[in-house]
Amino acid sequence: MSKEKFDYFINGEKGKYEVIIGLEVHAQVLSNSKLFSGSSTKFGAHPNNQVSLIDSAFPGMLPVINEECIKQAIKTGLGLNAKINNYSVFDRKNYFYADLPQGYQISQYKNPIVGEGKVLLDMPYGSKEIGIERLHLEQDAGKSIHDMDPSNTYVDLNRSGIALMEIVSKPDLRSPDEVNAYIKKLRTIMRYLGTCDGNMQEGSLRADVNVSVRKTDDKKLGTRCEIKNVNSIKFMQMAIEYEANRQVGLLEEGKKISQETRLFDTKKNETRSMRSKEDAHDYRYFPDPDLLPLKLEQQLIEDLKKSLPELPDNKKERFIKDYGLNSYEANVLVSEKEISNYYEEVAKLSDKKLAATWMMGDLFAMLNEKGLNISKSPISAKNFAELIQSIKSGEISGRIAKEVFEIMVESGDNPKKIIDSKDMKQQSDPKELEKMIKDILTKNKDKVDQYKAGKEKLFGFFVGQVMKSSGGKANPQLTNEILKKLLKG
Amino acid sequence: MTDITNQSLKEIIESIKSKKISSLDLTKSYIKNIEGAKKLNTFVTTTFDQALDKAKEFDSKPNYEQTLPGIPLAVKDLFCTENIKTTAGSNILNNFIPSYESTVTKNLWDNGAFLLGKLNCDEFAMGSSNETSFYGNVINPVGDKLVPGGSSGGSSSALAANLTPATIGTDTGGSIRQPASFTGIVGLKPTYGLCSRWGIVAFASSLDQAGPMTKTVTDCAIMLEAMSSFDEKDSTSINKKKEFYSKNLKDSIKGLKIGIPKEYRVNNMPKEIDELWEKGKKILKDLGAKLIDISLPHTKYALPTYYIVAPAEASSNLARYDGVRYGHRSEKGKDLIEMYENTRSEGFGDEVKRRILIGTYVLSSGYYDAYYLKAQKVRQLIKKDFDDNFTKVDAILTPSTPSSAFKIGEKTKDPVSMYLNDIFTVPVNLAGLPALSLPAGFDKQGYPLGLQLIGKALDEQKILNIGYAFEKNCGFKNKIKKWWS
Repeated sequence: MSKEKFDYFINGEKGKYEVIIGLEVHAQVLSNSKLFSGSSTKFGAHPNNQVSLIDSAFPGMLPVINEECIKQAIKTGLGLNAKINNYSVFDRKNYFYADLPQGYQISQYKNPIVGEGKVLLDMPYGSKEIGIERLHLEQDAGKSIHDMDPSNTYVDLNRSGIALMEIVSKPDLRSPDEVNAYIKKLRTIMRYLGTCDGNMQEGSLRADVNVSVRKTDDKKLGTRCEIKNVNSIKFMQMAIEYEANRQVGLLEEGKKISQETRLFDTKKNETRSMRSKEDAHDYRYFPDPDLLPLKLEQQLIEDLKKSLPELPDNKKERFIKDYGLNSYEANVLVSEKEISNYYEEVAKLSDKKLAATWMMGDLFAMLNEKGLNISKSPISAKNFAELIQSIKSGEISGRIAKEVFEIMVESGDNPKKIIDSKDMKQQSDPKELEKMIKDILTKNKDKVDQYKAGKEKLFGFFVGQVMKSSGGKANPQLTNEILKKLLKG
Repeated sequence: MTDITNQSLKEIIESIKSKKISSLDLTKSYIKNIEGAKKLNTFVTTTFDQALDKAKEFDSKPNYEQTLPGIPLAVKDLFCTENIKTTAGSNILNNFIPSYESTVTKNLWDNGAFLLGKLNCDEFAMGSSNETSFYGNVINPVGDKLVPGGSSGGSSSALAANLTPATIGTDTGGSIRQPASFTGIVGLKPTYGLCSRWGIVAFASSLDQAGPMTKTVTDCAIMLEAMSSFDEKDSTSINKKKEFYSKNLKDSIKGLKIGIPKEYRVNNMPKEIDELWEKGKKILKDLGAKLIDISLPHTKYALPTYYIVAPAEASSNLARYDGVRYGHRSEKGKDLIEMYENTRSEGFGDEVKRRILIGTYVLSSGYYDAYYLKAQKVRQLIKKDFDDNFTKVDAILTPSTPSSAFKIGEKTKDPVSMYLNDIFTVPVNLAGLPALSLPAGFDKQGYPLGLQLIGKALDEQKILNIGYAFEKNCGFKNKIKKWWS
């Protein structure tokens, strides 16, 4: 397989520009209760029904760290091959907003719980390592609702205090495709770990995108702009595309880029200035005196390390080694834990390679069309394996297999049962086949003569006749062999 | 008949236990006193009906095993009390009724006490004279024109005027010990983390600590026993076994080493304070203690350090009072920002605004390192001064305040001279140590003066013991005459 070349550049009059992207991903921690209170974190509850006195910052209320969230952050850090900091500090980030009840967000500033790590991406031009700068824990804010009343803003504090992991990448990403691969990879890792459900529609995964551009021969990074709170991969890609071109446009005109925070307008597909560096908030970070510094026992980290499931990178390697898959196939099949589990179940009972081909082809197409997750597949892994085995053993042809597959989708039945009851078994007995073919050749003597005279295209006609006469069940390979043999004679 | 309200908490408990008095009659006596003492302006809220009900309830089913059986208590209005208005002395909480009870007050009620009312204090506990309260200044029963100290001024005044048999305050930089000293009572600031901060309106989280204010050291031990506890809801609470301070109270201090820090002799300190200190030293020496001269070299930086750390934390702690969810909300303003501005302008008083501004300033980018970070470093040095010396001494004796109670209005125009009142008390808060203020004498005007005993962290029993021995031999008697009714 020839590798493609990386090719995401913007060509201007004055040169060729590369796009430098860094992401700050906010991933909601999977936990039953909030970071510093006992309130539930369930999505979709009635507004302000999951709010404790702590979340709404009543006088005298104090935060208490939820140990579960700490463990989840450590696991995520380990999954990102990152350094876990035995000493970290919760700070207050001070600013006023109606949906921020305390008047400050409890976050981690100078001493995050997780330090540098890395994530591997499989790109068409090879594998690429993206550096992780840090991961820290912080509280989510509530939600301001501006469109329920013409003159008032409503506030829903259900989200207030929910634990978020902010995962900050190094500026190592170079294209919207890499951003897509990076977010998906992060999501896969966190889903494997069970630390974040990665559900972007529900806001459990959002990102701030930092974009800058520079001429390809420049060593220095350009001035960056931060695009706030983009909540889908598609919008991230659109925002980067727009923003990078905007910046190149400015540079081409000889103008300077000013460091600022921008918003992405999904309707107009453009980014707009929100505030400049000069107007940037002074958050007045300082250690939260209500919380002691977080000191982690090395033993806890070791125990969590031991409890980690097999992660996608390792699983991929194993799939290549044990199942003989190529890199692309392995990548697809480890992209979700459920998919990899399904595949392994099928592969254990049938042909590994054929199983991969059929899963990535017909099975995925069907699931996609029906909008189903693999865990809801109408075909069980066991039945799917039997289907693959029936193909492999020559019991049914690939063409018949597609029919059987359709019936399996509708009925959920076992393929053997379908094949038997509908008499779909492939005709693979050479003697019987030869007898049938001889009959066909006899009936079409004129065509045989033409074929022998050199009209070799007629071979297909004979195959068609065999299939027709066998009701599509003739083993195609055998049919070919026998036909060739008889036509020679 | 002797007035029961003149007695100590211990004596009152004994009277209840021996059925000399019912909880109801006791409660009525205090209510009568309170109603006759409106001039002192000690109460923000009274809960007489509820108190009378609780007293009757106790009398009908008395449980004498409790530490505070059937005892009515008034508490500083900084403790959140369930379904009872809690103001922190501020207009911004003028209408605030908590749905929850602070851990400390809950501990008191669980030990048999009940609420008599909420006591006036400086707004958000920011003040040294109880003149910053939205509910007006409190008057010291020692004298008509005198401040009772602050911020627990309502507490000190009410106790000294026999309006409650004991009380509790909070101490961030001296707010229990200084008013105790000004009114001739006992006040203890416990080790940081001994009493839960949960449910106490926060001023400066790393310094705030609740503690007892009582007539005697024994009473102080009883109250501390009742109010302290480990609390999972406060991450800075210390997880330790419950101590029985009153049962273990001993008056033998023979052989104990008492440190006398030279840095506590400040310029322009009135001669009377010096004499009082000498008197204290002599009493302890006569009881067999050994006096050792020590040095706490960073003491002079304590006050400036305190006035950076405390306002920094306060500026952030008070951000929640924004008019959105509870408390005062201004009707004026066309958008969210204007609503905030008007709410906070109307809701906070001058001293609170001053400290929010100082706190915001010292945390701002460009100033953080020079102020907040530097202050944190100095704080460590101050703590180290104490740690170093506590390897050599059992306790440290100092004056509680550099002067006696001053006149109302005397220092309100000059915040710095007001802040200087805390010069002997703030180092202890910065170091998180326990300190006991004991009434020890009078100045030439007849105003009470206090001495302070500082202990090692969690060494409350020892300083209570020293205080107990001191009290027996000092012969201090409050000279308060009931002039206000």
